[in-house]
Amino acid sequence: MSEVKVKNHEIVIPGDLLAEGSLKYGDGVIRRGNLYYSTIVGLFQDRGDYIQVKALKGKYLPRPGDLVIGKVVEVGLTNWIVDVGSPYSAVLSANNATEKRFDPVKDDARRIFNVGDIILTKIISFDRTRDPQIITNERGLGKLRGGRLVEIEAAHIPRVIGKKGTMINMVKRLTRTQIITGQNGRIWVQGKKVEDELKAIDTIKKIELEAHTQGLTDRIREMLSNNQEENEV
Amino acid sequence: MGDDYVISEIEKHHIQFLLEQNKRADGRILSEFRKIAIETNYVQKAEGSAVVSIGDTQIIAGIKATLGSPFPDTPDSGVITTSAELSPLASPYFESGPPAEDAIELARVTDRAIRESHAIDLSKLCIVPGKLVWILFIDMYVLNDDGNLFDAATLASMAALATTKIPKVKIISEEPLETEILEEELEPLKIDHYTVAVTTYKIGEYNIFDPNLKEDQISDARITFGFDEQDRIVSMQKGKLGIYTPEEVKTQVRECLNVSKSLRKELMKAISK
Amino acid sequence: MAGDGTVQLIDEKGKRVDGRLKDELRPTEIKIGVVKNADGSAEIRMGKNIIIAAVYGPRELHPKHRALPDRALIQCFYRMSTFSVNDRKSPAPSRREKEISMLLSDALTSVVLTDKYPRTTIDIYIQVIQADGGTRCASLTAASVALADAGVPMRGIIAAVASGLANDIVVLDLFDLEDQKGSGDMPLGYCPTLNEISLLQLDGVFTLEQFDECLDLSIEGAKRLYDIQTNTLKQRYADIRAEVAVDEDDEVKEELKEQLNDEVKEELIEQLKEEPKKEEVKEEPKKEEVKEEPKKEEVKEEPKKEEPKKGDE
Repeated sequence: MSEVKVKNHEIVIPGDLLAEGSLKYGDGVIRRGNLYYSTIVGLFQDRGDYIQVKALKGKYLPRPGDLVIGKVVEVGLTNWIVDVGSPYSAVLSANNATEKRFDPVKDDARRIFNVGDIILTKIISFDRTRDPQIITNERGLGKLRGGRLVEIEAAHIPRVIGKKGTMINMVKRLTRTQIITGQNGRIWVQGKKVEDELKAIDTIKKIELEAHTQGLTDRIREMLSNNQEENEV
Repeated sequence: MGDDYVISEIEKHHIQFLLEQNKRADGRILSEFRKIAIETNYVQKAEGSAVVSIGDTQIIAGIKATLGSPFPDTPDSGVITTSAELSPLASPYFESGPPAEDAIELARVTDRAIRESHAIDLSKLCIVPGKLVWILFIDMYVLNDDGNLFDAATLASMAALATTKIPKVKIISEEPLETEILEEELEPLKIDHYTVAVTTYKIGEYNIFDPNLKEDQISDARITFGFDEQDRIVSMQKGKLGIYTPEEVKTQVRECLNVSKSLRKELMKAISK
Repeated sequence: MAGDGTVQLIDEKGKRVDGRLKDELRPTEIKIGVVKNADGSAEIRMGKNIIIAAVYGPRELHPKHRALPDRALIQCFYRMSTFSVNDRKSPAPSRREKEISMLLSDALTSVVLTDKYPRTTIDIYIQVIQADGGTRCASLTAASVALADAGVPMRGIIAAVASGLANDIVVLDLFDLEDQKGSGDMPLGYCPTLNEISLLQLDGVFTLEQFDECLDLSIEGAKRLYDIQTNTLKQRYADIRAEVAVDEDDEVKEELKEQLNDEVKEELIEQLKEEPKKEEVKEEPKKEEVKEEPKKEEVKEEPKKEEPKKGDE
């Protein structure tokens, strides 16, 4: 028999008592005996069968399978160190980078990726003992050329994508851009016209700013449609 | 931590593209400054202090006065000494430890503008010639680095100096020298010149004012000019690896002089409160 | 510091030099997010104390050999500005600053769930802008809020205050004059939700009764500070209306799991070939989200507590 002590969607802080009894719990919760406490500042969520605290702010923590947009910060002989916006830098080793075999004697790592390159990668492993390992040798992954980059809190990515992708697809359609969303909060935008790219970026920033308000999807649609009409006049 | 700040090619192109349109990422034009806020008398225990924000860049300057001996070659002059700390509190790209080149450059460039303009008459800081003078310490701490530390630093130092109050010193006897600091009798430090520094930054072929952190990092070169209120140039320092042609320098000094007026306006507004 | 008791710090009516009664805290205010570059930050004003705490981390530690293999290192750096005190403080790091840095690091290490971020460091920078007694306590209070603001997981939040003796009377929250001229000083860092003392020092001359009274009064004061910390943190997010965003969030995660299929992958391949992308907009595959499952296994209770703490007084 359990008793939840906090209202659903209430803001809690580290050390707040959330519940008592025998419950399943997720992120942001720690258990001591039969008492459950919050470990972070966040939104308490009572999902009936389990409780968790959703962080409103926080660094991206890599998970295997995640698609992330990284920035190359160091080039080694047979690997690259890539910043993915998490507490750990990711490592891309040469044999995970290209389809062809990498020969350190003949091949120059800088010709593949150099410092400052933006790459779409996938996290293949991450555990407590090693830095996250990433790959670019799967189809679809690799260097992103041109376009523009915008960074938001990783926690807001789901909001930018929207229910069934509704939000992001609407932005793409109404700004005529291609948008790739990395789980780590980085978003790459490319369109035929620069104005379209800038509009998409402004829209994404606005979504982040108003992430927790109601009716956002409608407001964004209206904002983009109006602008579009103006441009076509 | 002291990581190097790597700016991606995509971001560099974005900045350069905008410059070609006479625009910047936050909507400003090339010569526009971010919002400036100056708060004086921030630290009561200091003889003078000011916190300056230019956009998200924030610096605090504090003035402490202590009694000491003058330098032997200037027995009738007080002393001013300027320092700056780029604490890792203000940026993930600052390192801990004793001041490195960047901090030293910031302090010295700021000092040069103030000293060379004679913003303060050092002879007024002399109490007993050859024996006792006021030593003014101008100590600056960066509280958040979002580019353009140079302009913020001089503004903070001048705002702090202009609102500094120093206690009177009573000389009880000259031989042996005995003095008493009259803590309750404070006199405002007299400012002879209201010096302002303006830095111009070069990115490719474009010159901008008040860069944010990214713009500051990708800039190829910069020149910091110090101006007094009579529109005279009192100090100049070129920084970074890039170069300027003589024509560019002449153009930039005039642009900077123009900008200095509005910065001075902000300074005067803040210190008259 | 231990004074000689000749200065009158508290009068017959129980009023202290700054007008407070013996059990009153100085007016305290905390602001969050004052250092934009930091992952979390807070500024505290407690009487005339003005102190900024900025948190960077978890982040990688250099040199790597200093990293702990199974948890995060907590490093607190306490620094006083030269102009924060009446007599200018030399900019060189002093022994006192180093000791306080260590005490703060230890106290915060006891509450941060460091095993969540092995091989990293969580750096807390404290800059004292103005000092007026009790700065180590005010720093700890601010640092806890800054860590919470940074999203660093903790077992609880620490509040700290120094109580002591003014003319032999136990008073709460000594300010500078009382610190200098009083006969006893006990800084204490306490987490009310855990009932744990993580910072504790004493200097002066106390009877056993005074000792107990001081400890109890500090705990009481810490609880009041804790309320201020709580309100400040919760106020920051008070305007969030959670329902819409939260529900969408969970549904989105369900949807995303199914979207990266072959057809969509094909399109992505076409788009991301070596040539610069000039094609028209196509549908983008969505990223797989690793599903969030309630933890079925038990979370390990607390980080190790048996370690001997450095700097025990």
